[in-house]
Amino acid sequence: MDVGITTPLAAVEDLTVRFVTRDTTVHAVNGVSFAVQPGEVLCILGESGSGKSVTLRALMRLLPRHAQLGGAVRVGGQDVLAMRGRALRALRGGLVSMVFQEPMTALDPVYTIGQQIGETVRQHTGCDRGTARAKALELLELVRVPSAAQRLDAYPHELSGGLRQRAMIAMALSCGPRLLLADEPTTALDATVQIQVLILLRRLQRDLGMGMIFVTHDLGVAAEIADRIAVMYAGRVVESGPVADVLRAPAHPYTAGLLASTVHERSRGEPVTAIPGSPPDMRRLPAGCAFAPRCAHCQSACMIGDPPPRHPAPDRMARCLRVADDALKSSLPWSMSYETERRDHS
Amino acid sequence: MTVMASQPVMASGQPMAAEQVMGLPGPEPDAAAAPDAHALPAITVRSYWQSVGYRLRHDPATLCFAAIVLLIVLAAVFAPLVAPDNPFQESIIGRLKPFGWRGHLLGTDELGRDMLSRLLFGGRVALLMGVVPVLIASVVGGTLGVIGGFAGGMINTATMRTMDVFYAFPSVLLAVAIAGAMGGGIANGMIALTLVFIPPICRVAETATTQVRGLDFIEAARASGARPLTIIRHHVLGNVLGPVFIYASSLVSVSMLLASGLSFLGLGVRPPTPDWGLMLSTLRQSIWVVPWVCALPGVAIFITSFCFNLVSDGLRAAMDVRM
Amino acid sequence: MSAALDLAARVTDPRDRGGPRQPLLIARDLRKHFAVKGAKGKVVRAVDGISFAVRKGETLGVVGESGCGKSTLARLLLHLIVPDAGELVFDGEAVGAPGGISVGALRRQAQMVFQDSYSSLNPRMPVRDSVAFGPYVQGTKKPEARDIARRMLGQVGLDADLFGPRYPHELSGGQKQRVNIARALATGPRMVVLDEPVSALDKSVEAQVLNLLLDLKQRFGLTYLFISHDLGVVRFVSDRVLVVYLGRVVEVGPSEALFHEPKHPYTRALLASRPSMDPARRIEEAPIAGDPPNPIDPPSGCRFRTRCPFAEAVCAAREPALAADGWDAHAAACHMQDAGSGHSRAASAGSA
Repeated sequence: MDVGITTPLAAVEDLTVRFVTRDTTVHAVNGVSFAVQPGEVLCILGESGSGKSVTLRALMRLLPRHAQLGGAVRVGGQDVLAMRGRALRALRGGLVSMVFQEPMTALDPVYTIGQQIGETVRQHTGCDRGTARAKALELLELVRVPSAAQRLDAYPHELSGGLRQRAMIAMALSCGPRLLLADEPTTALDATVQIQVLILLRRLQRDLGMGMIFVTHDLGVAAEIADRIAVMYAGRVVESGPVADVLRAPAHPYTAGLLASTVHERSRGEPVTAIPGSPPDMRRLPAGCAFAPRCAHCQSACMIGDPPPRHPAPDRMARCLRVADDALKSSLPWSMSYETERRDHS
Repeated sequence: MTVMASQPVMASGQPMAAEQVMGLPGPEPDAAAAPDAHALPAITVRSYWQSVGYRLRHDPATLCFAAIVLLIVLAAVFAPLVAPDNPFQESIIGRLKPFGWRGHLLGTDELGRDMLSRLLFGGRVALLMGVVPVLIASVVGGTLGVIGGFAGGMINTATMRTMDVFYAFPSVLLAVAIAGAMGGGIANGMIALTLVFIPPICRVAETATTQVRGLDFIEAARASGARPLTIIRHHVLGNVLGPVFIYASSLVSVSMLLASGLSFLGLGVRPPTPDWGLMLSTLRQSIWVVPWVCALPGVAIFITSFCFNLVSDGLRAAMDVRM
Repeated sequence: MSAALDLAARVTDPRDRGGPRQPLLIARDLRKHFAVKGAKGKVVRAVDGISFAVRKGETLGVVGESGCGKSTLARLLLHLIVPDAGELVFDGEAVGAPGGISVGALRRQAQMVFQDSYSSLNPRMPVRDSVAFGPYVQGTKKPEARDIARRMLGQVGLDADLFGPRYPHELSGGQKQRVNIARALATGPRMVVLDEPVSALDKSVEAQVLNLLLDLKQRFGLTYLFISHDLGVVRFVSDRVLVVYLGRVVEVGPSEALFHEPKHPYTRALLASRPSMDPARRIEEAPIAGDPPNPIDPPSGCRFRTRCPFAEAVCAAREPALAADGWDAHAAACHMQDAGSGHSRAASAGSA
């Protein structure tokens, strides 16, 4: 989607993921396209069920066997969907690596973190244990773990949540990936720890020149870390653009609704406008715009076809029929119009 | 109820508000608007047991073996009607005859009795010894496990460590020891087997109960003022019966095998009552005379316990679903 | 159904004793320690001397991070866990004491909403039976209990015919939480303890549920104790706020005052840790280093001193007291607030 001179680090085109079981088919991702430039941070924002985690995992082919993928995924110029065996193993952890949400379950409880980081290093570089251990120490210092030398021999359950997450980041960085995928890495952390980890990730990304794709459901986190943001709803990207522009003047009603319903910075008594209804069932997606049933500005045309991507500005995209190409109606941005049409939704 | 409405736009061409799209009346001042009403998937509602039934119906392998089990059970239950001959009718000249000799479809045993009839009647004992001990053990062991698991603390420790003492013995040895000490016979055999099965079932029930006890809805039930027995009855049992049932069904075949073993050793059924294990024991020496006939009781034990096992596996696959 | 009717309903609640001036709940010096398995003598000091009072009709917010003891506190208030020390007074009557109110009676008047997770509703029970269980247990006959369940489901915005027979796994997170709320309200309590009720929900659903909670509070004249780690949410719903750290209260005060002028360094750090919504004004330095410490071995003196940028010798020597006089007092347990403490910054009491 992005017209750039440099080849993007990661390019996803029309990705579809379906989970086919005996009973039902879940259409988790329905035609997602985006690109990440080297050194850029893209934040995929969405709620549960929007398909954001599935999209992320598709980039490394970390999906279960009964998942059917379609479309094209290219990372570092390589076609990920066609990879097999050794090439795929080299990709995972080598070119691309991932930081997960729950460090307690993502780390093996029976090995020390030094051993786990060392294992990844040895797997990819083939060096000996001593070198691997030295590298692990270096990485723990890179992620600012206090008393790193002692922590090398600590088991995951001996560390606090924040330290475990740092250890996992160290593991993800061990082979110098060019693209870092982060699946809600701070959601399970306390606020004071979350901001530490976010600042750390931002610094590491800048210093190491990595591209990063950060999945979250929290607008504040997106504002803190992203260069660009892609908002997902019901398996599609409904809006994307530079984070400051999107948050200041959202083009899609869903983004506007999310902003309006955030309780952040709201004093007591100031009512919050909730988006009515619930996300759709991914087994039976309605024809037409998936957000239409909840949208305050729905029209008959919205129910017919999936809205095509419109470009209100060169680097922005929104899938909404009310958005005109090349002209963002900044006179009445969506966030304001959503609030003026407030309903009393309990 | 699907999410789409049929008339999305009003005559004036104005865009419709969300509620109108969903076909609801506009919000009334103090009525709780039902924004979620149309957000449910339009699929059939199934309770847990209904979904178990659904999965079973679509599992051809399990259905096939369940049919065989049913056949065996029916044959055993209706043995007096189905059996061609009297199983106790001896015959000096007709001993150890092969298949088909003078109308005896499956030959005769060492005392000239019809094998087919003895197998059918023997099935009654086998099934009895397979199912009854497991049933009683489930009730007793299940109760002990649920009480121990729910009470926690010292009661739980006392119960489970007592169970561990019995669990430490190999089941065959324990069954033989108890049955031997009590003297033989069907009743004593069943008691022995019941005692053997109580500890493992108790352990399964206790584990399941302990897991359920830590969940929030139990706390909520306590917070609403319910007494422990009420909580167990309404909340715990429904969640514990599943694992216990699955485990118990896998024990039926074990029980049958153990019972046959006891009879083989002379500690179970007494002659002349037909019983597969006993028949194996008495026909053992004659195996060089009519090998196929002598193998029959063993084949019967094998097929029955095998089928029970597979049905139990299928049940586990159908029931063991994370909701 | 006007505000006047609500007020009348609240005032003339037949179970009310002592009138509107009497606090609905007073907690005095509650303590709860858990023994650590395997390590003899070590205890987890989950709640280590918490005192507060809740007025009738107010929402008291309790905010703190993991390990601060807020979930234990929630369960202590309903006597789901028995406190090791301290007392609870519900509308003038001591809980569990002879002559006071029994635990069973307490549970008729106070209920709890749990954090929505897969474990908060019985997966084998249809939703309407889960809601009807409370009234049934407290003596209502089954048909009437079912009726109550129907009405409560309607009150929380769920169609009873559509949702009643469903199982929890068929509902979304927001719908499940509505059911939780309906379950808590089915027995007609006067006070509801909400333990992180929106933490597991998506942001848009969070707004719906918060609106619902506020609406129900008005309609039924409830008193809330709202526990959360999310400051924005707590600020939005609460009248007064308690900040808890490692089992003790470090700051208390009216919601707006506390958020605009926090007095305790921990509160200030918490407020500064919230991500800014503006990409142009990102947070560059983490306001606080390290992780929340272990409640097994809390630091001596002021428990926050190991992470506090203003810690001095006196902070290790003596534990600061929380001196809150009056309902709307805004006070912090910090030596910097106490003029006579010996802390170098203590001279300017009231704003450090």
